[in-house]
Amino acid sequence: MFKVISNRLEQGYRTTNYPKTPIHLYSRYRGLPEVNPQCDPAIVRQCADLCPQDAILVEERKIDLGRCTFCGECAQVADGGFVRFSQNFEMGTARREDLITNGSLPDLAAHAKAHFKKLFGRSLQLRQVSAGGCNACEADTNVLGTPFFDLSRFGIDFVASPRHADGIHVTGPVTHNMKAALLATYEAVPAPKVVIASGGCAISGGPFYGSSEIVGDLNSLIPVDLYIPGCPPHPLTTLHALLAFFKK
Amino acid sequence: MDNLLQIKNGEVVERQRIPQVDFPRFFRIMTDFVANNGYIVQLFAYTDAGRTKLLAVVRASNLYVIGTEVGSEFPSLTLTIGTKFHLFEREIAEQYGIRPAGHPWLKMVRYHANVTGRPDVFGNDYRVDIPGKYEYFRVQGQSIHEVAVGPVHAGIIEPGHFRFQCAGEEVLHLEIQLGYQHRGVERLLTEVPQKRLPVLCESIAGDTAIGHNLCGCQAIEALASLKVEPGARTVRTIALELERLANHIGDLGALSGDVAFNPPAAYFGRIRGEFLNLLLVLCGNRFGKSLIRPGGITQVMTEEQRGIITAKIKELRPEITHVCDLLFSAHTVQARFEYTGTVGRKLADQLGLVGYCGRASGLEYDVREFFPTESYADLPPNTNKVTNGDVYSRAMVRREEIMHSLTLIGMLLAKPEEPHRPVAMAAHRLAPDRFVVTLNEGWRGEVSHCLLTDSEGKIARYKVKDPSFHNWTGLAMALRNQEISDFPLCNKSFNLSYCGFDL
Repeated sequence: MFKVISNRLEQGYRTTNYPKTPIHLYSRYRGLPEVNPQCDPAIVRQCADLCPQDAILVEERKIDLGRCTFCGECAQVADGGFVRFSQNFEMGTARREDLITNGSLPDLAAHAKAHFKKLFGRSLQLRQVSAGGCNACEADTNVLGTPFFDLSRFGIDFVASPRHADGIHVTGPVTHNMKAALLATYEAVPAPKVVIASGGCAISGGPFYGSSEIVGDLNSLIPVDLYIPGCPPHPLTTLHALLAFFKK
Repeated sequence: MDNLLQIKNGEVVERQRIPQVDFPRFFRIMTDFVANNGYIVQLFAYTDAGRTKLLAVVRASNLYVIGTEVGSEFPSLTLTIGTKFHLFEREIAEQYGIRPAGHPWLKMVRYHANVTGRPDVFGNDYRVDIPGKYEYFRVQGQSIHEVAVGPVHAGIIEPGHFRFQCAGEEVLHLEIQLGYQHRGVERLLTEVPQKRLPVLCESIAGDTAIGHNLCGCQAIEALASLKVEPGARTVRTIALELERLANHIGDLGALSGDVAFNPPAAYFGRIRGEFLNLLLVLCGNRFGKSLIRPGGITQVMTEEQRGIITAKIKELRPEITHVCDLLFSAHTVQARFEYTGTVGRKLADQLGLVGYCGRASGLEYDVREFFPTESYADLPPNTNKVTNGDVYSRAMVRREEIMHSLTLIGMLLAKPEEPHRPVAMAAHRLAPDRFVVTLNEGWRGEVSHCLLTDSEGKIARYKVKDPSFHNWTGLAMALRNQEISDFPLCNKSFNLSYCGFDL
């Protein structure tokens, strides 16, 4: 008992005050990119050739955050002449096309469907489905339950049964071997229900794009309401997206 | 040992130097090798000029390689020599449509068509999406009941199917069917441009991003004759240890949660995140993705990052010590951990368990000590004191390795600064007709990548092996004659990778 108390005193109170007070992530974290619209086309082309994800659209001078793994290689070209990554982790969008960006994203809270806020603003129960990911997305979603983030204080929880859920949170590129189980889980969630695509894999196939063993686009199977980019998304990216999209 | 070619970890070998023997001789050599305390690192099929060959990388106190040629079937090594081969042979059957004749448990591994177009060994029709078209082993009897769990589990976990045969609360047999995460990684690795390789390697198993990508990059470095600066090696070693710390600490917390002792679960859950954040300090990603590229690291460790890591470890070390003490001295925890899910040394040896699962059963194998890469040759090895093979032992090995890793990182950070430059990803020309195998002690154990290049220097075969490939059978055996309610605890004590296995 003494050890329980002494550890409790040593650990103290650790929960973040976000979103009331902002959090500044370390300077090496790569969040929302800043794109230079006046960049020399040759440099843009160089970035596009280097990009392992083919996420850079040369003509439009845009980056597809749904494909990007935020590896940062493009930011090394010409000392960030075309792309620099900011530390802004708030990157969730309601529409797939908004992820193809020149560095600005629409305000997620304003784009959220009003009836979702009404239905789920006070209580949101999600069923997580891992559909072929590398477990990084799953792991960084799981940490939302740890004391620092403490997701349940917002009335948001991950539940065991799809029957108890208001929607599904999907990670992974949707392997053929997981497709049937994913669809069965989706069917089991009572309507009205939400679908969240978390991580580059669920949005575009991520690092596995082009594989014959995956579907590679969750939205082609079931309609996605909320996109959370990243490889994996930082827990704060997920937290922000959930709060902005669902909370009043 | 004649006919076996001794190789070094990460050494490039001309493919023509790999001894090719006929199958009966291969069979005899494998029999002798395994009988003399030998283990399998890699055993896989590949196609060479229209012919199907097997390649084996085996280890005792050294590493060896040998090859043979097979037709559409070969006599099963599992049947005659032992269990160490069983999953490798099933994988060969699935990937190349070759039958290991007489295999006692010839069952699909991941559920996908083979690459050769031969008739499917298992008679599966892969146009049907779902795996599980397999008759699970059934214990017969009136009072026997089956419990089916998965693929979707009651938590934020990867998918897999567990089928228990129970008599009351007692599990007589557990069968684990994976493959739901199969993304075709090995095939992609041979098809995509080189610029995609590290990103793919980092996504074989996200919790082992450093371990797998280190194997991949070391292989490319060997094939392209790239030199890595000592300073970069130091950072890569620190990153691998941070990955180990984050996972071990997270697992101790989860084990605590599984026996309903909540304080350590909450504390370790948060402390795990602190180590992920240190990886972010090094490279911008909490899993260390983007840090390692062929030739070194993408972002150098300056005094600033060195200072942050040093200060954080100084702060966390006493906290970890205290929470470990809280966890391991609680009688309720000891009562649940001890004598639960025991895998004895003999069984562990038969299965060829690796990593903390092997060490907790008394198999003293650690790649960092046996075949050191990066900075490990200069660092002291760890020793494990509790080796009973139960949940308690697997937890204690984690505890010991946590303290050991903290010491290693302290030693690496105390070294005088070694100047190093960042590397950018570039396509390198790979030596043609070469073979290389790399091994690293990822946090779960022996991670290994094996590459064969063709006459043009293209990667003809890329074989990935996650330590989970060895250890899943260990979990199934650990559950024998246990109460089914102990499954979550046993499962977490192994904490194996689904995606690392499924590839």
